[in-house]
Amino acid sequence: MTDNLTPDQNSAILDRMLLIRRFEEMLIDLAGDHNFGHYHLYIGEEATGATVVESLTETDLLLTTWRNHGHLLARGADPGRMVAEILGRADGYNKGRGGTLHLTVRDVGFLSTSGLVGGAVGLASGAGFALKQAGEDNICVVFFGDGAMEEGVVFEAMNLASLWSLPVLFVCENNNSGAISAQEGGFPSSEIAASRISDIPKSLNIKSELVDGADVAAVHAVIAEAVGGMRKGSGPAFIEAYTERWPGSRPLWPTQATGVTQLAAAWDPSLITGEYAGWIDEFDPLIRFIRNQLDAGVLSQDELRERDSKICDQIAEARAFGEASALPGPESALDGVFAA
Amino acid sequence: MPPDSQQTDRNLTLKDAVLEAMFEEMESDQNVILIGEDVGAAGGVFKQTEGLFETFGADRVIDTPISESAIFGLAVGAAMAGSRPIVEVMFGDFLTLVMDQLVNQAAKVHYMSAGGFNVPLVLRTGIGVGGNLGPQHSQSLHGWLAHIPGLKVVMPSSASDAKGLFKAAVRDNNPVIFMEDRMTYNLKEQVPEGEHIIPLGSAEVKREGADVSIYAVARSVHTALAAAEHLQVKNVSAEVVDLRTLAPLDVETIVASVQKTGRALVLDGGYQSFGITGEIAATIGELAFDYLDAPVMRLAAPDVPVPFSPALEAMTVPSAEQVVAKVTGMYGGLD
Repeated sequence: MTDNLTPDQNSAILDRMLLIRRFEEMLIDLAGDHNFGHYHLYIGEEATGATVVESLTETDLLLTTWRNHGHLLARGADPGRMVAEILGRADGYNKGRGGTLHLTVRDVGFLSTSGLVGGAVGLASGAGFALKQAGEDNICVVFFGDGAMEEGVVFEAMNLASLWSLPVLFVCENNNSGAISAQEGGFPSSEIAASRISDIPKSLNIKSELVDGADVAAVHAVIAEAVGGMRKGSGPAFIEAYTERWPGSRPLWPTQATGVTQLAAAWDPSLITGEYAGWIDEFDPLIRFIRNQLDAGVLSQDELRERDSKICDQIAEARAFGEASALPGPESALDGVFAA
Repeated sequence: MPPDSQQTDRNLTLKDAVLEAMFEEMESDQNVILIGEDVGAAGGVFKQTEGLFETFGADRVIDTPISESAIFGLAVGAAMAGSRPIVEVMFGDFLTLVMDQLVNQAAKVHYMSAGGFNVPLVLRTGIGVGGNLGPQHSQSLHGWLAHIPGLKVVMPSSASDAKGLFKAAVRDNNPVIFMEDRMTYNLKEQVPEGEHIIPLGSAEVKREGADVSIYAVARSVHTALAAAEHLQVKNVSAEVVDLRTLAPLDVETIVASVQKTGRALVLDGGYQSFGITGEIAATIGELAFDYLDAPVMRLAAPDVPVPFSPALEAMTVPSAEQVVAKVTGMYGGLD
């Protein structure tokens, strides 16, 4: 199911997915050298973020919750300045005031990363409201996890968006590992009484779709249709992008549970080994997309290696930039509480 | 047309002075919008937004569902994306429903984004005791809000100040909480026509005095002024300082007054424990200790929910008589 994307689009999406994967893998290593607190990785969900942005224009606005690195990178934020922010350095996007939990990037229309799981959803209706008032066909996209659906403001915000036909695309990234996590005594996952999250917005008359969030073509199909309608004034839409949770995100602190990704696993089954071989083989969106592109004959193994190598260099540079960046002057902590 | 705008008599109620400010600001800036419960065609439950809907239309005067959290969150997001919303939260008590979007989002956006985004909005809400509204419609939680860095807190006592402060609040590039005591809604005074701006962070001496400084905001300013009249009879000359805004706080005016009088009483309709009276008293103690002839005294609402019964409710509002007693106590009692 790739016929709805052009080769150029597929190529751009693959680059974004690779960039996100290599960035996140680097962060696990970086966390070994630096203490930057709790953080959350987007591994296993790359297909969603990397594809959603394909339907956006430069003047659209975005918000997210704290599993945010993938969204920011997909949107074009500079990985070096992201590393600097995650390390609390002066060259960080937020001069070290936000860290991983609160990255915002005005240049690419990224309004907010909320530390409260549903917090950004309330703001998103407002951004959509302002865009509608401005009379252009811009939209606002807000990413959040299944856990956000447990907070009341999300329901209220969806209600307002529906009542007022606001151009807000609600993207709920459901990486709920459900029973698996519970059985292993791992980090708790969401608990929703509804059979499916995507059923909930339907009761508020919001168009809602469930999609395999690890399938690029499927994600693009539902997003492109939803965004197309929203630009014509059809009001909000809700997408539940379901992914199988990456095993490395189950513990409180991320771990390299599936190892540094070997892209050759896409064509060499002997490389898929270990406790989580099943996840890599069936659910890893990057491996799936590479297989898909190879099978379609639009990507060669050599070309993939070359692109990956370039991206790994870019990530190494980003890491070096972030680590070389100075800490902010301590006195700057007291500046800028209020706008002029 | 704004109410009374054609009148030569510019005696307006506080409520109408704020309404006039809203008319003027919405007229001069297309980005200013009003959002809240019953603010549209109904004109507000206290008629405090009357006529705005008819003048500016449903696109800019927006009635909302009873979703305080999302309404305010919407205003924050809209402000970040270019609007300048005025959000009405009907009762200050309902701020409890708004707290995540206010404290974790609005107050921190500018700082967390290192100046990348601003949140220029006004949250207007009615507060205070009166009319037997009971424990969930009578609270004065201003001290709670002034505790949060990133929020400005404005509390007018008079119609003229209300207009000038409201216009300044709308033009401010930060989240501003504008709290009106409902018991002051119908107080009238001369209000300047047109452009009348009172910078946030400027206290005003409402009555000059030589012997004791009484600090207050909103309704309590009138309690202080009434007490000052009684004290005059006892040959005590009381100065009444209206703080007007809690954040920013005009420390200079606060200190200058007590340096002159040597005695200070801080009066407030909010709770005493961990409230603004303690904050002002400590500020005076730190910055003007050498000028004090007596310990700084406090008089605030007792630490109880506001009860319904008329027989009980009045006990929770500091009275002029109590102010007089506190002040005379500072002199070891006077007759």
